[in-house]
Amino acid sequence: MASCPEHVKERRIMAIWACELALDRWRHSEDCKPGEGADEQPLALITETAHGPRIDAANAAGQAEGAARGMMLADARTLCPQLQVRPSDPAGDLAFLERLAIWAQRWGPWSAIDAPDGLLVDVSAVAHLFGGERRLLADVAQRCAARGLSVRAAIAPTAGAAWALAHYARPGAIFSQQDDITNRLADLPVAALRLDNDVLVVLRRLGLKRLGDLAGIGKGSTGRDAIHRRFRNRKSPSANPLVRMDQLAGRVPEPLLPVIPLTAALVQRRLLEPIRHRSLLDRVVQDLAADMARELEGRGEGARRLQLGMWRIDGEVLLRDLELAAATRDPDHICRLFAARLDDVDAGFGIEMLRLRASWAEPLKLGQADLEAAAEEHGTSLSACVDRLTVRLGSDAVQRPILRASHIPERAQGWQAPLEAEPVQQEELAFHARPLKLLDRAERIAVLYASPDGYPRRFRWRGDLFDVARVEGPERIAPEWWRERGSTRLRDYYRVEDATGRRYWIYRAGLAGDGRGGEPDWFLQGLFA
Amino acid sequence: MDMASLPRAVELASPGARNPRWHPGGQAALHSEIFAPAGEASGAGAALALALDGLRARGNDADAGASAEERSILWVQDKAARRLGGRPYRPGLPENLRHRLIHVAAKTPEDALFALEEGVRCRDLACVIGEVAGNPRALTFTASRRLSLTAERHGVPLFLVRLDAETDLSSARMRWQMRAAPSAPPLWNPAAPGHPAWQAQLFRARSHAPGEWILRDGKSFLAAERLADGHDTHGEQPEEKVGNMALVGGNG
Repeated sequence: MASCPEHVKERRIMAIWACELALDRWRHSEDCKPGEGADEQPLALITETAHGPRIDAANAAGQAEGAARGMMLADARTLCPQLQVRPSDPAGDLAFLERLAIWAQRWGPWSAIDAPDGLLVDVSAVAHLFGGERRLLADVAQRCAARGLSVRAAIAPTAGAAWALAHYARPGAIFSQQDDITNRLADLPVAALRLDNDVLVVLRRLGLKRLGDLAGIGKGSTGRDAIHRRFRNRKSPSANPLVRMDQLAGRVPEPLLPVIPLTAALVQRRLLEPIRHRSLLDRVVQDLAADMARELEGRGEGARRLQLGMWRIDGEVLLRDLELAAATRDPDHICRLFAARLDDVDAGFGIEMLRLRASWAEPLKLGQADLEAAAEEHGTSLSACVDRLTVRLGSDAVQRPILRASHIPERAQGWQAPLEAEPVQQEELAFHARPLKLLDRAERIAVLYASPDGYPRRFRWRGDLFDVARVEGPERIAPEWWRERGSTRLRDYYRVEDATGRRYWIYRAGLAGDGRGGEPDWFLQGLFA
Repeated sequence: MDMASLPRAVELASPGARNPRWHPGGQAALHSEIFAPAGEASGAGAALALALDGLRARGNDADAGASAEERSILWVQDKAARRLGGRPYRPGLPENLRHRLIHVAAKTPEDALFALEEGVRCRDLACVIGEVAGNPRALTFTASRRLSLTAERHGVPLFLVRLDAETDLSSARMRWQMRAAPSAPPLWNPAAPGHPAWQAQLFRARSHAPGEWILRDGKSFLAAERLADGHDTHGEQPEEKVGNMALVGGNG
């Protein structure tokens, strides 16, 4: 059986498994070699779980005493009372792995992260640059050892096979292109298929312990059908051993997500003489902004977020962040916005380095420079105006009203940043008359006289007396029961106009005798034009 | 020099011709001040109506009208104005303004003036509306002159609504005293409030004679109905005044 299609045989994937990634990082932070210094004593890295601390990794001394990965710390303490513990850092490990993946692109054009502690590098047709695959693996081992990482690497035509070899074969294993993958890997345990734990338990109970067992079933169609039926609801590859087996053999493609490094545009100035005065600081910021404009122009981008870092002589770092409403690289605009932010900078004994970093950039086409004279003549653009307002007044102060899906008037309006796209909304009903302005909180009014049909005739608001000449209503708005308590009262809205023409939107909260409180109160909520 | 701006001989001959009555649809001043009581929305409503009227007039006689239709408007309020009169409410705004309002909630009158000046300087805004309560110390004659000059330089109309304010010194080109007026009853329910109406008194203007009107805001037009009785005695053209008095006398 030709288990490996032709097109797969040209691919060469290298799997690198950093078998002690967490411990290696801990040793690096302690600055000790394996088995020396702090590493001599038994030690475990733990995470807190709902059932108590659990061991994530144990060093060689700890393993010799009986501590193992996945064990509860209390169990390990009974075996080895002098076991030291440190908290593990999975997020830091992942970040380190990302950097390692970018570094690993020295061996191939792209690399992918194989969480939690592995890398996959595509080394198709690049091995000759290192003098063959054997030397390539030796190079990997040597360079990783120099970084204090203990790794095991393997090369195979598929990612699955390379992973299995790296984890379960002797170090430095290579599958040549002529090998039949399923035959060569028949002796590896089924755990080499990268399956979830519960699937491994099922396979063990079925008596399928080695890849050879699964492959043997694959030959007779009845056995494969039985396995297929058992796992027919499992679509994810890591839960379905047949899919994993096919991926390993190269019969099913396995997409991998490559790591692409993105570098933020960054410019910096080291100063010969520390600066302590504002005028000099402004001058340097101008230079930085001009450099940044050139840098961004080269990339065809504009900055949305800028960070200015100022390193003081005494080691303090002052940071100033700036967020822009639209992508820009206009140095004058950037300087102007930073000028408002630099008023409270305490230079201390002097600032010796400044760094400007565009941590968020968006594509921006090249355009003709907006000359200063033109800006004077034609005014600023809307995004520049919004930026200037936001920098001085804060982002909460400059906003655009948007519609929300609600009948309650104060909830029907929300606010968002002025230049963002408007969310899709149902249109207002045209026959609803709504006031031009809405008070932040509805103000309580005293209705002194209401006609028998319920219309308010005279009310008092803010100490003034209003005689209602015309009224329209009621427009009844029921409370939103899915949001509010059951005792919330409904509202009957009236549009009223008094004798001198002042127009208001008032409502009565509740009905007399609705069982949700005493006499209904009246409120004034909106002002009509 | 633009020859069109020079007075023509006919205008020099008759004193009233170069100083005509204000009428809706005419060329609006770029900096107007509207004094209104804080307990009603007549100031903001009239400012919006005048602004829309100015935009329509500009749209009629210039090709810039089409682009002006989609430009944003900036509405600046200081804290006291927000507390007295509330914030703009989108469902109640004129229909063609709803999606292009940008609201600035300034804390102090100084911040509000800064926002107004920045707005007036922006070429992408159709107009700027400000609401300032009382007579803050920051709003001096110098500050208002700054606003006037910037607005005229960049051509962005500014309507500054003064809530509960004394009519202090200002360089605004048109100054209005605005208060609500009883609205015309709607056709189908005469007991209900109708389209908004305001009693507007133009008491100081550079290019127009003072006067008093009832402004009525239709959906797509602004109607002005001149009040016949002459409350406005200062700055009146002599022959007009005589005519008014004769009219009053004739009625009485």
